[in-house]
Amino acid sequence: MNIVYFLFAQTLLFAIPLMIVALGGMFSERSGVVNLALEGIMIIGGFSGIFYMNFMQTNDIMHGMPLLFTALLVSAAVGCLFSMLHAFAAVNLRADQTISGTALNMLGPALGIFIAKTLQDGQQNIGFTNEFRISSVPVLSDIPVLGDLFFKNFYITTFIAIAILIISYFFLMKTKTGLRIRSCGENPQAADAAGISVYKIRYLGVGLSGILGGMGGLIYILPISTEFTCSVDGYGFLALAVLIFGNWAPLRIAGAAFFFGITKTLAYAYGSVPFLAHLALPDTVYKLIPYVATLILLAFTSKNSAAPRADGVPYDKSKR
Amino acid sequence: MKNKSAGFFEKDSTKSVISSLIAILIGLLVGLVIILIANPADALEGFLIMLTGGFQEGMLSLGDVLAYSVPVMMTGLSIAFAYKTGEFNIGVPGQYYVGAFVALLIGVKATFLPDAIAWLIAIICGGLAGALWAFVPGILKAKRNVNVVISGIMMNYVGLLLVIRGVKTFIYESTGAQSLTVSTERAIPKFGLDVIFEGSSINFGFVIAVALCIVAWIIMNKTTFGYELKATGFNKDAAKYAGMNETKAVIMSLVIAGLFAGVGGAIAYLGGTGKAIQISEVLPPEGFNGIPVALLGFSNPIGCIFASLFIAYINVGGNYMQSLNIAIEVIDIIVAVIVYFASFTLFIKLMLDKFRNSKKHKTLAAKEGGNK
Repeated sequence: MNIVYFLFAQTLLFAIPLMIVALGGMFSERSGVVNLALEGIMIIGGFSGIFYMNFMQTNDIMHGMPLLFTALLVSAAVGCLFSMLHAFAAVNLRADQTISGTALNMLGPALGIFIAKTLQDGQQNIGFTNEFRISSVPVLSDIPVLGDLFFKNFYITTFIAIAILIISYFFLMKTKTGLRIRSCGENPQAADAAGISVYKIRYLGVGLSGILGGMGGLIYILPISTEFTCSVDGYGFLALAVLIFGNWAPLRIAGAAFFFGITKTLAYAYGSVPFLAHLALPDTVYKLIPYVATLILLAFTSKNSAAPRADGVPYDKSKR
Repeated sequence: MKNKSAGFFEKDSTKSVISSLIAILIGLLVGLVIILIANPADALEGFLIMLTGGFQEGMLSLGDVLAYSVPVMMTGLSIAFAYKTGEFNIGVPGQYYVGAFVALLIGVKATFLPDAIAWLIAIICGGLAGALWAFVPGILKAKRNVNVVISGIMMNYVGLLLVIRGVKTFIYESTGAQSLTVSTERAIPKFGLDVIFEGSSINFGFVIAVALCIVAWIIMNKTTFGYELKATGFNKDAAKYAGMNETKAVIMSLVIAGLFAGVGGAIAYLGGTGKAIQISEVLPPEGFNGIPVALLGFSNPIGCIFASLFIAYINVGGNYMQSLNIAIEVIDIIVAVIVYFASFTLFIKLMLDKFRNSKKHKTLAAKEGGNK
């Protein structure tokens, strides 16, 4: 049973950040703005959150859960601010969204490294102490199976992410604003005619992607390292893949993220699974599984892919 | 409006160049402001070094600029070529890397090939490997409607992992956790370029890269095939209706794009300068750095030559600037800002039109006023 708990925890480490960031991308794309900038947003969000943590920890100002929550807020705020650059280009200036997204992907790490080097005497990496893992909770940890799965050696961010998933689903599918976001991505002309401000809604969509993308950057880096190198190892691009794989819908995105998390866990932890370890295949084979499996699945599921119809099309009021 | 100068400014390509120049100017200004904030004392000196660095040590620096431009010229060309058919070839890093690996494999291991032609065959095979890597997203898109961005990202990681495995198995240099490199005899020859640009690492690969850009331009603008590619990118359904094979167009544009990326990887690693494939699971930056080149060159193959030279130029300048303790990332920031403003091309063009129109109206109004 221990092996199952271990694999589950590992899967969460991969899947949770992917899910949050892909959900962010979903809001942007459902409102009609293609967001290739997720990688850059994650990096700038992770950078600001970790930088804040580093400052608080080295100066002994704040620790533990309050620090984690405020750091998440910092990441979300900076991610949102950063994404506004994309929104401004995409919405107001009718820019090519692929290009402005690419610009943000370049700007994120460059800005992060430049600031880090300038403020830390040429030192690029930003260190932090991981003091956020919760080893056990009274009562909850004693629940059989569930207690071991969710309430031992866990991160509170897992629950935040699950809450975000549920809220995202209800927000997008069941509220008035959610309907407006969806209509602006499908038929902005009709939405405009119905009295919805397409510009405002698209700003909202991109802003939400900035908030979730920024938080995702911090959530990704926290459990797996003790320093931030201004890189999220291409997770922003993988989140983009999860978003498309998840067909731009919240629950399917969650499913896609977990599929990716499981295959990636097996790729790195196959040695601890007796059955897989006995196969004695080269490790490259296992590492390839997430990517090859995604390609194969996509080949079978893409025929009826449901991209928002106005995704990536700048809205020009005068063309109504 | 009949006079020549007005016609020149009305041309769309002129407006593209002007808007790119505006973007570059803004990017440089932002760079200057950032350096001023970070290091006010040395800012102006550093900025000047950055602007003139490409000539810092005469022909050597200039040769370095040309050498630096080659990989990004090819990855930029790759992205530009696919972009014309409406596909964003984000799989460039993978195509570039498999091209580099196959080329190194042949350069190092295929000792039965004479030194004089080994490099050429290695480059061709590298290009074919890149083409094969791009064929997968191409056929998945054409036959199964798989989004090229996501299949490209997946193929990047598949390529990266296989290249690392391949290096470890066939051309591993165990002491340095990297691949073996080609000897100078089997590297791409210099054909006298080392005499002109003494001391720099430039080789004949630069000429090949420029030639391929020109070939790509001819394919794109002077052949029926190129016309079909562009028509498909402009309106897939209309192209199909006009009897064009849009499936073939999508696959071929990606395959040719992959070929360019693969050749870029091959040239980059066959220079005989000791550049080796590292055993680390990080995608080569030259792949993604092709994106700004393609964008700044407005997806025009000839534009890619100039855009890559510009990017190479300020990067070489940035290298010299580091002596003043200014982090080289400021160059990436400048390029990012330039790309950001380049994305407004449409907007800047509209502004240019407005500006011209208002001037026209003013002169007309002045004339009318004069007649009264």
